[in-house]
Amino acid sequence: MSIIIQFVKDGIKSASSGNKTYHLWMGSLTLLMILGAYAYSVQLKEGLTVTGMSDNVSWGLYISNFTFLVGVAAAAVMLVLPTYILKDIDFSKAVLIGEGLAVSALVMCLAFVTVDLGNPAKAWHLIPFIGLFNWPNSMLSWDVLVLNGYLFINLTIPFYILYTKYIGKKPNEKLYFPGVLISVFWAIGIHLVTAFLYAGLPARPFWNSALLGPRFLASAFAAGPALIILALEVIRKYSEYKIETKTIRKISLVVTVAAQINLIMLFSELFKEFYAPTHHSSSAIYLFFGIGDKTALMPWIYTSLALNIVATIILTVHLLRNDLRWMNLALIMLFVAIWIDKGMGLIIPGFIPGSYGDIVEYFPSWVEVFVTLGIWAMGFFIFSALIKIGIPIEIGKLRFQKKD
Amino acid sequence: MKHPNKSINKECSPDSCGCQNDKPDGFEQKLNKPINRRGMFQQLTASLLTGAGLVNSSCSVTATDDKREKKQLEWEEYFKGNYRLMSDNEKQDTVKRLERLYELNNGNHASISSEQPSENVLFGYAFNISKCQGYMDCVNACVQENNQDRNSQMQYIRIHEHQNGQINFDLADDDFYHEVPAAGHFYIGTQCFHCENPPCVEVCPVKATWKEKDGIVVIDYDWCIGCRYCMAACPYDGRRFNWATPEIPTEEINKDQHYLGNRLRKKGVMEKCTFCIQRSRKGNNPACVDACPTGARIFGNLLDPNSEIRWVLDNKKVFRLKEDLGTEPKFWYFMD
Repeated sequence: MSIIIQFVKDGIKSASSGNKTYHLWMGSLTLLMILGAYAYSVQLKEGLTVTGMSDNVSWGLYISNFTFLVGVAAAAVMLVLPTYILKDIDFSKAVLIGEGLAVSALVMCLAFVTVDLGNPAKAWHLIPFIGLFNWPNSMLSWDVLVLNGYLFINLTIPFYILYTKYIGKKPNEKLYFPGVLISVFWAIGIHLVTAFLYAGLPARPFWNSALLGPRFLASAFAAGPALIILALEVIRKYSEYKIETKTIRKISLVVTVAAQINLIMLFSELFKEFYAPTHHSSSAIYLFFGIGDKTALMPWIYTSLALNIVATIILTVHLLRNDLRWMNLALIMLFVAIWIDKGMGLIIPGFIPGSYGDIVEYFPSWVEVFVTLGIWAMGFFIFSALIKIGIPIEIGKLRFQKKD
Repeated sequence: MKHPNKSINKECSPDSCGCQNDKPDGFEQKLNKPINRRGMFQQLTASLLTGAGLVNSSCSVTATDDKREKKQLEWEEYFKGNYRLMSDNEKQDTVKRLERLYELNNGNHASISSEQPSENVLFGYAFNISKCQGYMDCVNACVQENNQDRNSQMQYIRIHEHQNGQINFDLADDDFYHEVPAAGHFYIGTQCFHCENPPCVEVCPVKATWKEKDGIVVIDYDWCIGCRYCMAACPYDGRRFNWATPEIPTEEINKDQHYLGNRLRKKGVMEKCTFCIQRSRKGNNPACVDACPTGARIFGNLLDPNSEIRWVLDNKKVFRLKEDLGTEPKFWYFMD
C-alpha cells in the first residue's frame, strides 16, 4: 500500500515539475479551464438558453465534440492492436501515449455530455441500479456503459504496466493480455454505439444510414492516430523518450489508409444524396448548397471537404508523406477536417430542416465556445500530466526507491 | 426509498435548533438511520451537491421557517424516485410536497392530481382539415391551460398554413401574422401525436418518459435529466425543452394541475402535450378541443364504439403523418 502511495506521490511530483515551457503550457491550459468553468457557471445559472441551441437545433457544439472525441478515444486501439497482439515492436513505444490519449479523450467525452445536460444535478438517474437505466433500449444508456467501461480498461492496463515497471518488475503478459484483447473490440464498440445513437433515429434521415457506423470508424482511425503522431513528435522533441521515425511512418500509414476509406465512403454518401435527391436529401442539400438564403453551414463543409481531400492526397503520395513536414501539415489538416465533419457536417445538419421543413440555423454562443475550449484544455492538461508520469517510468528514470 | 422520518413537521424550528432533546436533531434524522444503497448514495451526493448550501440555510438561526421547510421539501424531492415506480403512498407524498412547495413559492394553493388512467380507455384525436381556419384559439387555450413558459412563447400546437394544391409541410408557413383564413390556403395543426410506438420513449436513457395505459405519452419532469435525445428522436416536433426557467405571471397560473401534466416545470427539462391529462382523465376534452371555434378538433376514447372519434375513424377517409416511420400516431386527419 505504501508503495502505491509513493507511486502516486512520485507521479504527481513528476507531472508538476518541468521546464519553463512546460509550466507555461500547463498554466495556459489552466487559464482556459478557469474561463470554461466560468462560462459553465453562467450556463448553470441561466440554463441552456445561453447557448446557440434551440428547439429546432437541440444539439450543438457539445454533442459535436463528444462525437468526435469518442472517435479519438477509439483510435487508441490502432496502436494497441499491433503492439500487443501482432507483437509489432515499433508500436510499443507509442502505445502508452495512445492509451493516455484515450483516457484524456474519454474524460472530455464525459465532460461534453455532462455540460450538455439540462438538468445535470439529476445525472445520478443515469447510474445503473441507483437511478433507472433504460438498457438495452436506449442507445444512450449503451453509450454510458461502453464509455465508462472503456475508460476503466484504459486506466487499469497502463496503470498496471507502469506500476510494475515502477517497482522494477516486468509486467506479466498473462495478466494484462486479456484486458488488451477486450479493449480492441471495445474500442470499435464505443464508436459503433455512438454512431448507432444517431443512426437509430428514423426521424432524422440524414443520420439514419447504415454507413454512419463504418464511416465513424474510418474517420476516427484517421483523426485519432493523426493526433497521436503529432503528440509523438512533440514528445520526442521535448523529452528523452526516443521514438523512431520508423514508428511514426508506420502510424502514418494507418492514417493514410483510414483517410482513403473515409473519402470513399464520403463520396458514396454524396452520390446517394445527390444522384437522385429525395425528400430525405434535404439536410444534405442544406449543408452543401443552402436552402434559400440559409447557408450558414456551407463555409464549414467546403473547408472540411477541401482539407480532407488535400490531406488525403498528400498522405497518399509516398514522396510527400515521407517528408515529415508535409506529413505533419497533412495530419493537422485531416484532424481539423474530420472535426468539422463530425459537428458542422453531421450533428447540426441532422436537425436542419426540422420535422416540418422549417429551417432554423445554429451558431454556437460564447458560452458554448468557452466551455468547449475549457474542456479541450482539460483534456490536454490530463494528457500532458499522464505523459509526464508515463515517460520517466518507461525510460527507467522513475523507479520506486525505499526510503532509509 | 422510504425515509423513516418522512414528516416535514419534525424538522426543528429556529429556536429549538440543535438544543432540545425531544425532537430528533439533524444527525438523528439524516445520518443515524438504517439506509439502503440508494439511501447511502443520497447521503454521499448530498454532501457534494447541496451540502454547503443546505447546511447553511437549514441550520442557520436567521433563516425563516418557510425557507427551512422549503429546503427540506426540495431535499426530499431531489432524491425521490421515478413516478412510474412509486407506490400510491409515495405518489401521495410527492404530490403533498409539491403542493406545499407551490404554496411556499406562490402564496396560494394549487391542486396537483396523481389520477391514474381508467380501465378501457385509450385516447385518440382527429383533426378536420376542412374545418380549421387557422384562428389559433387552440394554441392560446393550450398555453393557458398547460402553464407553458411565456417568455419563450412555448407552444405545443403548431398551425401550418398550406397553399391549395398540395400538402407539403416544407412549403407551409407556420409563423403567419395576417388575417385568417387567407384565400387559397388551408390549415393543418400538429402537436404530439401520442404514438402507439413512440420513438421518444425508446431512446430516453433514464425512462423519464413513457406511454401510459390510456395511451398518453407523458414525462416525469422531476426524473428528466435534460439530454434532449427524445427531441432528436421525435419525427413530429412534438417535444419542447425548457432552455431557461419558465415564467408565468402568478395570476395566470392554472392551479388545476396533474403531476404528469400541467404542473409547473423547471429549467432544463422536457415537456410536451399530454392531451391535457388533468382534464382528459376527468372525462373532459383537452383545452384545444374545447377552444376550437370551428369544431375541427375531435377527441375521445378509441375503445368506446359510441365515441365521436370512433365515428370519424369508421366513416371518414383518415390518414396520419409520416406513417412510413411505423410510429402509429393516435392522431388522425380527415376532410369533409
